[in-house]
Amino acid sequence: MAKAKPWLEPHPHGLYVRPADLWIDPSRPVERAAVTHGHADHARSGHHAVFATPETLAIMALRYGVDAAASRNAAFAYGEGFERGGVRFSFHPAGHVLGSAQIAMEYRGERIVVTGDYKRRPDPTCAPFEVVPCDIFITEATFGLPVFRHPPTEGEIAKLLAAVRAEPDRSVLVGAYALGKAQRVIAELRAAGWTAPVYIHGALEKMCQLYAVHGVDLGDLRLVGESDKAEMAGQIVLAPPSALNDRWSRRLPDPVTAMASGWMRVRQRARQRMVELPLVISDHADWDELTATIAEVNPQESWITHGSEGGLLRWCEMTQRKARALHLVGRDVEDEGGEEEA
Amino acid sequence: MKRFAALIDRLVYTRSRNSKLALIVDYLKHAPDPDRGWALAALTGALDFPAVKAGTVRALLASRVDEELFRLSRHFVGDTAETAALLWPEKPLPFRGGVGVGSIGLAQGRWTPPAATKPASWQVSLPSPEGEGGLSVTQVVDALSAATRSDAPAILASLLDRLDADGRYALLKLALGGMRVGVSARLAKQAFAQAFAVAIDDVEELWHAIPSPYAPLFAWGEGRAPRPDLADVAFFRPFMLAHPLEGENLDLSDYVAEWKWDGIRVQIVRGGGETRLYSRGGEEIGAAFPELLAAFDQDAVIDGELLVRGEAQGGVEGGAASFNALQQRLGRKTVTKRMLADYPAFVRVYDLLAVDGNDLRGLPWTERRQQLEAFVPRLADSRFDLSPVIEATHFGELAELRAGARDAAIEGVMLKRRDAPYVAGRRAGLWYKWKRDPLVADCVMMYAQRGNGRRASFYSDYTFGCWTDAGELLPVGKAYSGFTDAELKWLDKFVRDHTIDRFGPVREVEKTLVLEVAFDSIHASKRHKSGLAMRFPRIARIRRDKPAEEADRIATLRAMVT
Repeated sequence: MAKAKPWLEPHPHGLYVRPADLWIDPSRPVERAAVTHGHADHARSGHHAVFATPETLAIMALRYGVDAAASRNAAFAYGEGFERGGVRFSFHPAGHVLGSAQIAMEYRGERIVVTGDYKRRPDPTCAPFEVVPCDIFITEATFGLPVFRHPPTEGEIAKLLAAVRAEPDRSVLVGAYALGKAQRVIAELRAAGWTAPVYIHGALEKMCQLYAVHGVDLGDLRLVGESDKAEMAGQIVLAPPSALNDRWSRRLPDPVTAMASGWMRVRQRARQRMVELPLVISDHADWDELTATIAEVNPQESWITHGSEGGLLRWCEMTQRKARALHLVGRDVEDEGGEEEA
Repeated sequence: MKRFAALIDRLVYTRSRNSKLALIVDYLKHAPDPDRGWALAALTGALDFPAVKAGTVRALLASRVDEELFRLSRHFVGDTAETAALLWPEKPLPFRGGVGVGSIGLAQGRWTPPAATKPASWQVSLPSPEGEGGLSVTQVVDALSAATRSDAPAILASLLDRLDADGRYALLKLALGGMRVGVSARLAKQAFAQAFAVAIDDVEELWHAIPSPYAPLFAWGEGRAPRPDLADVAFFRPFMLAHPLEGENLDLSDYVAEWKWDGIRVQIVRGGGETRLYSRGGEEIGAAFPELLAAFDQDAVIDGELLVRGEAQGGVEGGAASFNALQQRLGRKTVTKRMLADYPAFVRVYDLLAVDGNDLRGLPWTERRQQLEAFVPRLADSRFDLSPVIEATHFGELAELRAGARDAAIEGVMLKRRDAPYVAGRRAGLWYKWKRDPLVADCVMMYAQRGNGRRASFYSDYTFGCWTDAGELLPVGKAYSGFTDAELKWLDKFVRDHTIDRFGPVREVEKTLVLEVAFDSIHASKRHKSGLAMRFPRIARIRRDKPAEEADRIATLRAMVT
């Protein structure tokens, strides 16, 4: 049964798969890394060889330069994988952002699944999460407290559109993380029938292009820097959260400050960021999704990483499930600074 | 509740006063009776449900939610009502994702993005708009009012079960009091006046006379009923206010001069057997000053300055202490015996608005003054004294008296037209305030923080300091006004170009820029390292010409302390 397994070792800077001499999402440069998705707290630069989905490798190449796409890297589509040191690795959709994957590993008849970051809600920009039965389930816990229940995305998008229509002389500036959240918000807007140009901050341009190359149609996007102030009145503008209250926003017509993040569920958090229109849109599983997923996967043991481990541990205890918290460093679960993501 | 919850939600995130006003106006115009009346009462803190306390909510949560999960959540959220609103168990929304390898949208491991319309399997059902069973604010208020200590938890639980997260938040804030959405009673009254195009002065008078949910007030506002009759009610009379004197010389045969005392303007009203103490904004503040309520035993309405007596801040014994001393008594819901003894309050009376059932407001100042001088001896002299008129034969003499005034409790001079009636608000030519010249000091900018609203992208709040004898710079105050828009742009750029460190939203800057700071007075303060606190500091000038080393010393400021 699932005793302490010597073949997968949690370290503060990542998970080490000993028989394969390979790290999963290491926070410092290593010889061989399997990477779940392209966010900077999971995909660092400087590894010698990276194993990931083609989309994740493309994202890393965009962010870190050609090195990440070197020939020693290997790309695996969903459902595909490789074997190394007797460990069979495979990649499965995590529903977090384009290319995000859970990594399943089998060794001597035991299967371990590392989720990376994931969500269960529909997202027009990435493949939906897939339940992979396993013995040990290593789950994220960004929103591992029962106060986090994300409302339906449609309702939040409707709120955004209502705000745009209510203020025809102002633009609505939405803070959204450059990888994943921004493209998802645009795609959700398109799905809701918003066909007008969406204005974007220069920092979002390349990632949006990458999504388009991978078949995610985001419609008419225009750069704020190349647009007239007057033309952006009554329109939607997207920027990384760090640009929200910065000088950059002065080029917009009296913007209404919005932010798309799961943290917006907590009023004080939104107020601290001076957000006028909080949009609870998250790329992470909320409490109900986390607990339902553990119940559905029904592993012999759950390992809980980055976020509110305490809440999820307590839930496992209450439902008689074996669980432990892993303390990995370098995971951005707070929403301060430029690299936020939730 | 849906509409009310949406209003609360919007108010939480709206920072500008005008936007808040617009939101409330819109609500008052469109919400039904008596919901809007109860909402107004909730916003202004006029509701109280003695059977429902924070403890009731905590106990209720403990019966539905694991204690440890509540504790962790409360710690994260930081507010009991919000934690409870978010935590309250409800049916989870259905979600559908792929189950099992090779499901939705996957073919040979390649995922194909969906077409513009979503597959039916991705539809998430939204909770129906009637999901809360059409619960009204009135139903909530009725249920909470009827609650007893024993059935309050059950009643609250049944209400929470019928609301969504925003509705639960509004319900709990309403039930526990303390909305904290930045709406003062004054703002609520303004919203009412604006919504129904009536005079704010009328609203202020009627407000305290009519109990919530203010049905006669709405009926009058909408022209469905005459103005309610206020006989025998201790209602608030809107204050008469002054314009600042800007260089004019006034003829003292037309204007009388009085000292302007540095306390807070108050009105004490006794009528219908009840005594009430109102602040300038029409808020009732009697609970903090029970000694004044108890001592005012005449059927009358006076206008005066609330001060504390004392040596406490170095004032003359038996005289009025500085504003700093008064601050110890302000903003309290209750008051201890110790506070009453250490900072005894009294009112220096300026005017008499009504006495023995007669409204004097239409009389000229001269006649009101005569009646006031006859009236004040009817009050306990330990709590009420007459603000004297300043004897000056011509304007130049008054200017000298003003310049020579050393009493810490004197803020300046008031000039009142002798033939003017007592009218609400600021009317041209009737009353003038002539404050003492501000003090100034040259300080060095130390830290800066971004402002709110229109100023959110500008570093507009500055902390500045002066030199100790040892050559160390210590903060002496913080200012966010006094500069022009052009100066603000310049200051913002200075901050960005000279940042040496960041602490969250605060930037520390190079200590090179001298700001000439004007302030009304400066006091000893234990709360600041410099031991000094400025009253109403503002940026008078940017002294780009002055080297930082030549800014003022703490010792110089200390010599200005009153």
